[in-house]
Amino acid sequence: MWNRRKDEDINPRLTPQPPSSASLAREGIPMNTLPPRTNESESARATIGKSVIAKGQLFSREDLYIDGEIEGSVEMQEHKLTVGPNGKLLASVKAREIVILGTIHGNVEATDKIEIRKDAKLVGDLKTARIVIEDGAYFKGSIDISRVEAPKKQMAPAPQPAPVVSATAAAASEVKR
Amino acid sequence: MLDLGQFTQANVSYITGVGHRLYSEDILHTLDSVFGRGDPEKTQTDPVLMRSFLGQILDLPPDSLDAILVWDVLEHLTRPLLAAVLDRIHTVLRPHGALLACFHAELKDRQVQTYSFRIVDSRTLVLHPREVRRTALSFNNRAIERLFEKFSSVKFFLTRDHIREIIVRK
Repeated sequence: MWNRRKDEDINPRLTPQPPSSASLAREGIPMNTLPPRTNESESARATIGKSVIAKGQLFSREDLYIDGEIEGSVEMQEHKLTVGPNGKLLASVKAREIVILGTIHGNVEATDKIEIRKDAKLVGDLKTARIVIEDGAYFKGSIDISRVEAPKKQMAPAPQPAPVVSATAAAASEVKR
Repeated sequence: MLDLGQFTQANVSYITGVGHRLYSEDILHTLDSVFGRGDPEKTQTDPVLMRSFLGQILDLPPDSLDAILVWDVLEHLTRPLLAAVLDRIHTVLRPHGALLACFHAELKDRQVQTYSFRIVDSRTLVLHPREVRRTALSFNNRAIERLFEKFSSVKFFLTRDHIREIIVRK
């Protein structure tokens, strides 16, 4: 009695699906009006664009790409910081991994690796477990290669034992009732 | 240790690999950024620029370094700057500390190939060509000895390509 249908026909679509690029191309819509594709790695990180200027303390709990100007400090102990070619940091930096294509004036500390690319400029003291340097990079400062331990996560305070109530105090409270 | 040459992976890896803390400062880069490229006798004459240059380099505490890799930097400084830089080097080097410097053999036109000196291991140094520059001064052996007269000892070694390696002790 009933015609067999595919699952997609049976299950109603609650939200309209965006048209595929192929279908748009067939309809003559130019490809450059489509939103640009982003790599998975770019979409998983926050970005500070080249027109942004910020002063203060910057904390991050995800990978960060800075292409603007930051003055102060940047701290992201378990994540990766990338300073883009237009990035200018006048700041101390702490991260798990740091890739520098722009400029940093300040002390830099990475628990895992610091990568200084060609045309990067770094003035300050470096502390890291590993360092990768491209020819053409400029650096002035000291380099300390050592295992930098990540800060231990703060443990929740151990539960305190319940205060012991002396027998005389307990007896006194009962009497008061 | 202080490396006054170009910042390279090889030198960082070797020096930190043998357990030293490394300071790095590319003097020729600072020289170009302050005075520009050109004949040093003409460019390194402005007292304001000279003060600016000296204010940017070797800002380390006295007696803080065991060794300095000067490489071929000294050839590109005119006499006033050379005297000031050597004075600074003498100050920041610990007693009995050592420095390694390189000087080309005397050339009539003073156009020399500069190098990025890269330490491969304890017996191997690779000279990676950088650019051709006109030296500020030319040195014979006697002139080099006089240059380091404040230091306790000077030893000369002649390498290939007519480069003299000098090891100096404070």
